[in-house]
Amino acid sequence: MEHIRTPKVENVRLVDRVSPKKAALGTLYLTATHVIFVENSPDTRKETWILHSQISTIEKQATTATGCPLLIRCKNFQIIQLIIPQERDCHDVYISLIRLARPVKYEELYCFSFNPMLDKEEREQGWVLINLSEEYKRMGLPNNYWQLSDVNREYRVCDSYPTELYVPKSATAHIIVGSSKFRSRRRFPVLSYYYKDNHASICRSSQPLSGFSARCLEDEQMLQAIRKANPGSDFVYVVDTRPKLNAMANRAAGKGYENEDNYSNIKFQFIGIENIHVMRNSLQKMLEVCELKSPSMSDFLWGLENSGWLRHIKAIMDAGIFIAKAVSEEGASVLVHCSDGWDRTAQVCSVASLLLDPHYRTLKGFMVLIEKDWISFGHKFNHRYGNLDGDPKEISPVIDQFIECVWQLMEQFPCAFEFNERFLIHIQHHIYSCQFGNFLCNSQKERRELKIQERTYSLWAHLWKNRADYLNPLFRADHSQTQGTLHLPTTPCNFMYKFWSGMYNRFEKGMQPRQSVTDYLMAVKEETQQLEEELEALEERLEKIQKVQLNCTKVKCKQSEPSKHSGFSTSDNSIANTPQDYSGNLKSFPSRSPSQGDEDSALILTQDNLKSSDPDLSANSDQESGVEDLSCRSPSGGEHAPSEDSGKDRDSDEAVFLTA
Amino acid sequence: MEFAELIKTPRVDNVVLHRPFYPAVEGTLCLTGHHLILSSRQDNTEELWLLHSNIDAIDKRFVGSLGTIIIKCKDFRIIQLDIPGMEECLNIASSIEALSTLDSITLMYPFFYRPMFEVIEDGWHSFLPEQEFKLYSSATSQWRLSYVNKEFAVCPTYPPIVIVPESIDDETLRKVATFRHGGRFPVLSYYHQKSKRVIMRSGQPLTGTNGRRCKEDEKLINATLRAGSRGYIIDTRSLNVAQQARAKGGGFEQEAHYPQWRRIHKSIERYHILQESLIKLVEACNDQTHNMDRWLSKLEASNWLTHIKEILTAACLVAQCIDREEASVLIHGTEGTDSTLQVTSLAQIILEPRSRTIRGFEALIEREWLQAGHPFQQRCAQSAYCNTKQKWEAPVFLLFLDCVWQILRQFPCSFEFNENFLIMLFEHAYASQFGTFLGNSESERCKLKLQQKTMSLWSWVNQPSKLSKYTNPLFEANNLVIWPSVAPQSLLLWEGIFLRWNRSSKYLDEAYEEMVNIIEYNKELQAKVNILRRQLAELETEDEMQESP
Repeated sequence: MEHIRTPKVENVRLVDRVSPKKAALGTLYLTATHVIFVENSPDTRKETWILHSQISTIEKQATTATGCPLLIRCKNFQIIQLIIPQERDCHDVYISLIRLARPVKYEELYCFSFNPMLDKEEREQGWVLINLSEEYKRMGLPNNYWQLSDVNREYRVCDSYPTELYVPKSATAHIIVGSSKFRSRRRFPVLSYYYKDNHASICRSSQPLSGFSARCLEDEQMLQAIRKANPGSDFVYVVDTRPKLNAMANRAAGKGYENEDNYSNIKFQFIGIENIHVMRNSLQKMLEVCELKSPSMSDFLWGLENSGWLRHIKAIMDAGIFIAKAVSEEGASVLVHCSDGWDRTAQVCSVASLLLDPHYRTLKGFMVLIEKDWISFGHKFNHRYGNLDGDPKEISPVIDQFIECVWQLMEQFPCAFEFNERFLIHIQHHIYSCQFGNFLCNSQKERRELKIQERTYSLWAHLWKNRADYLNPLFRADHSQTQGTLHLPTTPCNFMYKFWSGMYNRFEKGMQPRQSVTDYLMAVKEETQQLEEELEALEERLEKIQKVQLNCTKVKCKQSEPSKHSGFSTSDNSIANTPQDYSGNLKSFPSRSPSQGDEDSALILTQDNLKSSDPDLSANSDQESGVEDLSCRSPSGGEHAPSEDSGKDRDSDEAVFLTA
Repeated sequence: MEFAELIKTPRVDNVVLHRPFYPAVEGTLCLTGHHLILSSRQDNTEELWLLHSNIDAIDKRFVGSLGTIIIKCKDFRIIQLDIPGMEECLNIASSIEALSTLDSITLMYPFFYRPMFEVIEDGWHSFLPEQEFKLYSSATSQWRLSYVNKEFAVCPTYPPIVIVPESIDDETLRKVATFRHGGRFPVLSYYHQKSKRVIMRSGQPLTGTNGRRCKEDEKLINATLRAGSRGYIIDTRSLNVAQQARAKGGGFEQEAHYPQWRRIHKSIERYHILQESLIKLVEACNDQTHNMDRWLSKLEASNWLTHIKEILTAACLVAQCIDREEASVLIHGTEGTDSTLQVTSLAQIILEPRSRTIRGFEALIEREWLQAGHPFQQRCAQSAYCNTKQKWEAPVFLLFLDCVWQILRQFPCSFEFNENFLIMLFEHAYASQFGTFLGNSESERCKLKLQQKTMSLWSWVNQPSKLSKYTNPLFEANNLVIWPSVAPQSLLLWEGIFLRWNRSSKYLDEAYEEMVNIIEYNKELQAKVNILRRQLAELETEDEMQESP
C-alpha cells in the first residue's frame, strides 16, 4: 500500500490498440494487487483489470498535447496504452507501478490476499486433487524394477528435487549419493516416466561434472541400473538437449556430457535446443512483430522468421518425438539432461510423455504432467517468470514454449486432447498471475517452507471446478486418436508449425476467428444431453399413459415445457464485429468544391485525409456482431469465453477492488 | 477418332504407380482419348483415373531400360509411373503430352462425357439472369434488364442480358460502351437492400492522354446516385499504373468530370505476377528439405498471402463503403475481368448472406465470373508446374476461392458450404468433365453450344447425394454483414489446397467426421423427441375427450 503514490486518476484515456483514434475515457485505480480502468460511459462502465504480477514492462512515452502516454506490456501478451492528462499523475502512476510490478517478498504476491471464499476444507481438498503418488501408481510403480527412494528426505541430497523419487531397484543409496556428487546441482538421474507396455523409461538429470576426463563409478553404475531396469533393451539413450557446442563449452567449466567410452551400453545423442537467453530474445523479437501497427504480410512473415521462434518450437518437438520413438518403438530407456536439467529437460520429458501416454492428454492428466515434470522437479518458476524482482537474465519463456508445443499438437490431432485451447491459455495466464500458489518459488523445498498449501489456493481445483469451459467437444475416450502414442510424420514438415495468434495476439480479438467451432459444438453437445434426458422422460410418460389408457383410467398429464430449438451462440458477443481499418481509412468526403480539385491532389485519398471511420461506426457496432445474438442456452453459462479478468474470477477481483 | 493417332501405345503392363499417401502399386496402364488409367486388376479397382486435361507438366527419366514419368497435375498433385521398356515409356510420355495439350476446345472431355446420373435439374438453366433480377426488382425500381448486348455486338465479353439504371436507354449504353475498355460499360453487380446502395463494375474509361470525356458515361453512373449523395470509384490499379494506362488509350475517371465520385486506388496484382506467385508457393510447399526458417521465407517470397491480403482489403473497403458509408461503388481495373471480379464477388460474400449459401454461391460464380466474362479458358490453361508461361495465365479464380476460404475460416458457422466445395470448384475450373468453365465468355460458350453439347457442373453438384459432401454441418443462417480480419496474423496458408498432397489429412478428416457425428446425433434426437411429444399430445387430447363427454 505504501507504494501507491496515487490511488486514483480521473480523465484517463484507454487507447484502442486496433484503432488508436478510438479511446475510452475513464478513471484509473491503483490497488495493492491490480491496475483497474473503469470507463465513464454510463451504459457499460466497462472495467479492465490488470494484475501487477502480469506487468512485464512499463514505458513512459513523450508527452503530447492530449497528455502523458503510459504503455504497459503484460506477460500474458496484453498491451495497454493509457493517456494520463497530467504529467505529474503519470509519473506517480509510473513510479508506483514500477514498484508494484516488482515485489520483493513472496507475501506481496496476489495469492496471499486472493480469497475465493472457500473454507479450509475445500482449500485442502483443492491441494490434493493432483496427487503424484497416485500418478506413479498409475504408471505401475513401484514394481520389480523401480522403487520409491527416501534418499532425498528433507532434501538432503538435492534441494531442488522433490522428496518422493523413483529410482532403479539396484541403485543403492551409495550409488545415488555418489552419482549426485557428479552431477550439476546434485540433480542425479531419476525416473520421470515409466512406459508400462515395455518397461522402457524416461529418466532425467543434470549434466555430469565430467570436464575433460573426470569419471564417477557411481554415476556409471547409476546408468547401468537404469539400463537393467529395462530388461527389453541392452542400451540406454543419453539425450543431451543442448547444442553440441554449448555442451563442449561446459567441459571447460568442469561440466559437460557423458563419454560413451566410460559408460557401458549407452548411446549418446545431442539435440540442439538453444538456451534460455536465446529463447528470451526470440520471444522478444516475435512479440515486436505482433506489436507492429498494420504490418504487411512480408513484415510479418519476415519478422516471424527472423525471431526464430517456430524453429525453437520445432527443436523441442523433435526432441520429444525422438524420445517417444525410442521408448515406444525401440523399447529403449532414455536419460535426458541439459545443463541443470530443469528447463529443456522439463520441456522435452513432458512433450515425450504427452506423445506416449493418452492420460496426459486429459484435463486431469495434463495437470499431473505439469505438477510432475515442472513443479515437483524444481523448474524455477520464480526466476523464469519473474514473479519476484530478480535477475532479468533468468527470465525465459520455457513453459510457454511447452504450452505452445501442446497447442501445435492439438492442431494436428484435433480429437486427441480432452481439453481445448482456452485451457492452455488460462494455464499460461496463471503461471504469471500469482493468483494461485502452485507456481510460486523455485522448488518444492521453498514451497514447503513458505507453507504455500496452508496459505494459498490451488489453480488445479479452480480449473477443475470450471472444467466445462475447457473441454474439447471432439474428444471421445474411445476415439482412435485418444489411444496410445501419437505418431507424427517422420519427414520434416516445417509447415506444420504455425504462428499461434490465439496466444500471442489473444487480446486483439478482431484477429481471431469470429465464431468458435468449439463453443458451437459444446452447445450442441449440451443440448444433446438435455434431449437424451427428455427422450427418456417422454418414453417413460408415454408408457405410463398407454398403460393408464388401457385401464381406462383418466390421468391428467401436464405437457412438458417444449424446449425450443433456437440455435447456438457461437460468437463472443462482447466483441463487436466491426470493419477494421481496411487501410482505406474511409472518411466522409472532405467538403471541397469539386471544381477546385486539381487532379493530382484529388486522385487518391491519402492516409491523412482518409481518417478512420471507426468512431462513426462504433455506435451501431453491436448489432453488427457478425453473428446474431442467439441468446439461448450457452453451455458455459455465458455468451463470452471466460477470460481471466472477467467472468469467473470477477467476484473475487471485485472483492479486492472494494476493499482497496 | 482422331485420338487414336495420338495414342502410340494404348496399354503397358507391369507399370508401378507412386502417389502421395499410398503404397506403390503395380498394374496395367491404359491410355484413352481423355484419361490415363492404371489398374492393378484387384477387386476391379482403378488406382488411377486421371483426366489428361488435369496434367500440367511431365518429366521423364531413364535408368537402364526402366523409364519413369513424373506427372504434375493442375491440382498440384505429383504422381510417378515406372514403366518397363524405354520405347513404351517414350511413347506413353509423348502421347500424354499431346493429349493434355489439345488445341481444340471441342476435343475436350466435356464434349464426350456422358453422365451416369439422372439430371434432375439442368444446371444450364439454374441461374438465369431474369430470375436473379427478380430478387432486386422487388426491392427497387431503379434498375432494368437491358438486352442491348443480345448479339454480343456492344460488348463481346458481356452476357446478352445485363442490369442497368432504369433511366438509361440502350442508345446511351452503346455510346458508353465505346468509352469503356472492351465495351464493358458500367453494369449492376450487386444491390444492397439494407443501405439501398449498389456495386457496379466496368472496364477502364478510355480517357487517353488528352483527357477525353463521355457525357453519357457520366450520366450513366450518376444515374445510380440519389440527389446530393456521392459514390466511390475503386480502381484496382495503383495510381501509377492507372496513369500509365492513359498512354495506351486507357485511364481513369477524372475528378472534374465526376464530381460526385471519389476515386480510391487499391492496387491488386494481375497476370504473370500472380502466376509466378503460385509457382513459387507450390514449389515451397513441395520442398521437403528446407528447415523451419527457409519455409517461412519461401512462403513470404511467394507473395501469395500478400495478394490475398490486397484482394480481401479491397473487398472489405467496398463493403465498408456500401454498408457503413452508405455510398454506391463502381469498381474497375483495366479490362474489368479479373481483379474487378475478385473484388465485386468478395464484397458480396461479406455483405450478402445469400451468397454464403450453396445456391447463392453458385449463382455468384455464374453471375460474377462466368457471365461477367472472366476468361477461364485462358487463365486456367496451365497451373503451377508449367514451363511455357503465357501472359494470360493467372490463378485469379484460385485467389478468389482462397479469399473465400479465409473468410470461411474466420466465420466457420456462416457458410452453408464447406472447404471441400471450394476445392471442388478449383479442380473443375482447371480440368473437368463438365462444360461450365470452358470458353472465355458467354459469347464463346454460345458459339461452342455448350448448353447442348456438354453437361453443366451445377447439374451434377446439386444432386442431394453430392451436396451432402459439400454442406457445412456448422451452418446457421447469419443475416449480418461479416467483417473479416485482414491482419497478417489472421491470414493463413490454405493447407487444404496447397499442402493437400504433402501431408496426411487423416487426423483432420477424423475430426471433421466427429463433428458431423455430433451434429447428426443431435438432429436425430431432436426428431425423436418431436415425434414423442406429438404422440404424447395426441394421447392427452384423447384423454381429455374421454373425460369431457
